[in-house]
Amino acid sequence: MAFMLLGLQGFGGVVVVAQRVLCEDRRWLTRGEFVELLSVGQVVPGPNVCNVALMLGDRFFGWRGAAAALAGLLGVPFALVLALAAAYAHWASLPAVAGALRGMGLVSAGLIVGTALKLSAALRGSPLGVPASLVLGSAAFVLVAFLRLPLAWVLLGVGSVAWALAWGRLGGEGRR
Amino acid sequence: MTAYAWGELALQLVVLSFLQIGGALAIAPDLHRLMVERMALLSDAQFAASIAIAQSSPGPNVLYVAVIGYQAAGLAGSLLTLVAVLAPSSVLAVAVGRWGRARQEWRALRAFKAGMAPISVALLGSTSWIIVSETPGWRPAVLAAAAAVVVWRTRLHLLWLIAAGALAGALGWV
Repeated sequence: MAFMLLGLQGFGGVVVVAQRVLCEDRRWLTRGEFVELLSVGQVVPGPNVCNVALMLGDRFFGWRGAAAALAGLLGVPFALVLALAAAYAHWASLPAVAGALRGMGLVSAGLIVGTALKLSAALRGSPLGVPASLVLGSAAFVLVAFLRLPLAWVLLGVGSVAWALAWGRLGGEGRR
Repeated sequence: MTAYAWGELALQLVVLSFLQIGGALAIAPDLHRLMVERMALLSDAQFAASIAIAQSSPGPNVLYVAVIGYQAAGLAGSLLTLVAVLAPSSVLAVAVGRWGRARQEWRALRAFKAGMAPISVALLGSTSWIIVSETPGWRPAVLAAAAAVVVWRTRLHLLWLIAAGALAGALGWV
């Protein structure tokens, strides 16, 4: 399944590859749907990408799909990471290897930012509207990136404000 | 490790599984308290190295849990820790996914999704900020920014970008 490719390519951040493969290559999801799944994946306990894989696998193929997606996502990387752990002791002392790992980490940080930029295009259609989305997004960014507050508190704090605001806006367009 | 210790570890990890709000790394401090300080299954340095190894290898970063288990008790340890941490949250995720799909039209649920979307996107950005700001100098920031622009604007294969980063790092440029 596609999630096996995802797991393999996801250095540092599987979200980047997941977004590209699911939205752009396979076109299983729109960017908006991807952001929605990711939001739920972040709030439900557990690794975000694993949660997205589980929910998506379950949506298309039931619980077997969920299991296959998770296994595909974790299988090969699991073997690789243990091999790396076993080899780490004498690898880490080589400066070139440490440097390469650092460089890869930095690029993957950049890739995540690029993905965030892409996904932000999906926010334009949000019932919250662009200004409110910008304020809420920047608030979450500052709290986590600069103040280093735990993610759970930011989700609870900024998240409940956002929820209340969206609730109000959705009411304006008529009850359903 | 005794059977009792295995049982205790598994039980504690199952509880921690439900606390991983926002991602697997959220429980790293609790895992440290449990496995390094209380049960003394591995050293502080081994714990830190485990996280670094998992982050520098492909795959979801929850695999750091498997590396910690491996350092503590070999292959069996890695399987036990990974399954204990993943299984409960996975069942919950599938259940929540189904629950949400059955109630797609609920105003509360639609408001929740709409409200959380900008926060989810912002949180992706803040993870990167933390990684980059912990590497000194301006060149790391340039490298990360270049990667961001390339992935945003082009469809170049991601592995090329990772390889370029590895090369830049190996040559000592960043």
